[in-house]
Amino acid sequence: MKNKKLVYFLLAAVALLAVPLFVQQLGNGPVRIIDLALLYVLLALGLNIVVGYAGLLDLGYVAFYAVGAYMFALLSSPQLSQNFETFAAAFPGGLHMPIWAVIPLGALLAAFFGALLGAPTLKLRGDYLAIVTLGFGEIIRVFLNNLEYPYNITNGPRGIGQIDSIHFWGLDLGKPTHFLGYEIPSVTLYYYLFLALVVLSVLICYRLENSRIGRAWMAIREDEIAAKAMGINTRNMKLLAFSMGATFGGVAGTLFASFQGFVSPESFSLQESIMIVAMVVLGGIGHIPGVILGALLLAALPEVLRYAAGPLQDMTGGRLDAAILRQLLVALAMIGVMLARPRGLWPAPSHGKSAEGTK
Amino acid sequence: MDILLQQLINGLVLGSMYALVALGYTMVYGIINLINFAHGEVLMAGGMVSWTVITTLQDAGVPLPGWALLLIGLLCAIVACALLNFLVEKIAYRPLRNAPRLAPLITAMGMSLLLQTLAMIIWKPSPKPYPLLLPTDPIAIGGAVITVTQILILGTTVAVLAALMWLVHRTKLGRAMRATAENPRVAGLMGVKPDFIISTTFVIGAVLAAVAGVMWAANYGTVQHTMGFMPGLKAFTAAVLGGIGNLAGAMVGGVLLGLIESFGAGYLGDLTGDVLGSQYVDIFAFAALILVLTLRPSGLLGERVADRA
Repeated sequence: MKNKKLVYFLLAAVALLAVPLFVQQLGNGPVRIIDLALLYVLLALGLNIVVGYAGLLDLGYVAFYAVGAYMFALLSSPQLSQNFETFAAAFPGGLHMPIWAVIPLGALLAAFFGALLGAPTLKLRGDYLAIVTLGFGEIIRVFLNNLEYPYNITNGPRGIGQIDSIHFWGLDLGKPTHFLGYEIPSVTLYYYLFLALVVLSVLICYRLENSRIGRAWMAIREDEIAAKAMGINTRNMKLLAFSMGATFGGVAGTLFASFQGFVSPESFSLQESIMIVAMVVLGGIGHIPGVILGALLLAALPEVLRYAAGPLQDMTGGRLDAAILRQLLVALAMIGVMLARPRGLWPAPSHGKSAEGTK
Repeated sequence: MDILLQQLINGLVLGSMYALVALGYTMVYGIINLINFAHGEVLMAGGMVSWTVITTLQDAGVPLPGWALLLIGLLCAIVACALLNFLVEKIAYRPLRNAPRLAPLITAMGMSLLLQTLAMIIWKPSPKPYPLLLPTDPIAIGGAVITVTQILILGTTVAVLAALMWLVHRTKLGRAMRATAENPRVAGLMGVKPDFIISTTFVIGAVLAAVAGVMWAANYGTVQHTMGFMPGLKAFTAAVLGGIGNLAGAMVGGVLLGLIESFGAGYLGDLTGDVLGSQYVDIFAFAALILVLTLRPSGLLGERVADRA
């Protein structure tokens, strides 16, 4: 039985590693879509901690994504040196921090922002929390949009460009690499990095789910007063949930910034937050495979269908272009899936604990 | 002093539009505990439908004065929005009455996106100028100016709010609404039809949103498929600010939010030495919200259960 499981795992691992090699035949575009979908998986897993485990509805999750992305952008682009003379004097070559420093830093900063958001909202229940988190997300976005005066920090709506790609061990993920005579393009290298982080995150989430902390979160989700009566420190646990969830967002943000090489406030709108919530709920709230499914579905499927949009656009005289079609599909998916399966596409087998945990 | 008065007028006008939309949110929330994210889109539909009706009539050369055109546009918008919200509830929310709490929230968000996209397909994405139907000469009062449109907005809001209060507190229908809000099952046992009451609530909310949508369009002179998003968000903030589910709270919250934004936009630059300009105005709504909810976790006036409608 155990061997059989191991075989399945190995097969899945080989399949995941081979995916970009096949998709690569179609060009770099599809691999890019998969890369971005993996980032969304990271985000959805992070939000799942807050919404799925602890039951705190967060509609401003994208703020942490933004914090991570902008932090990376500021630390690894000419933006600061160009605008602050003292900074340029201190780091004449520009600040190009290695990935080992930037990712933990992004995680930490996002966690700090998570606690910052969590602190004033501890007393709030359900939907009040939703609107406050939504407001928090908007506040961050407005600041990013306007922090160019009197000091130009974020370069406003024009965004920050020329961001370094990720490089470590002498490997630059921004450039194609030669390995055993094959040329591996940049998008595929990023695919492996993102995949590694997604696997790590899934592992972390599974361990969290079955830990004392995870059980405490679920107890809070089911009944906060009862959880408190059982001796759970609800305040610390809720703050921890916010920070933990935010960490994933921060890491995903740093990856996003380096992957795109450009960040602007437009990428961090409320619609993005809503999208991530939809991924979590559509897939199956609080259930890791479901959340991953939801993220992949909502992030990748509309992009794939985009390629089918051409003929439709001709048919409707240009009224239905690819972007509109994508939006329409996402909207219909959100409504349709929820009506057909209110608990999500792949819901958790039972309340609070997964069936695998009891084996 | 005249700047103060001017900002007061602007704030009241903005606030009364917020209040109308906020009432729609709060009434729906009071009855089925759902944040109806698609409510802002109903406002947009109101603005759009009235725009279509008015421009079509104008193009056809119908010899009617401006106010009559506006009235026809408003009535058409009200009917269209009422029908729209009725259908939205029937299609997207009713089947999920007993589903997990987040399911209808997601369909609401999906509906919002769907309506926005449909509007973009129907009306094209470009912003459209809204015809000026009322006299545009500003009237001076005590150093400040007010337009006829603004006076009408204030007057209409007061009238609509008074009518709503009468409806909820003095009629049989209103009593049924309050009873359903308090306990749908017991209300059902007393002979109230909860489904009918919920539909009615959505229709009333849509009427208020349609009125606000036409006002918004007439006041700012332009309509677009995205016009419902920000007012919707702000109005929901206003509803929470006042205490969600609480009618008076939504009105107070709406007017307060309008005033905060208007004074914030007017004075923020001066107060902070131009470091923070009026572009930060969108932050005010949310900063005020976070502040109020930290101090009073259930809103300014609280969630008065017995008074919910």
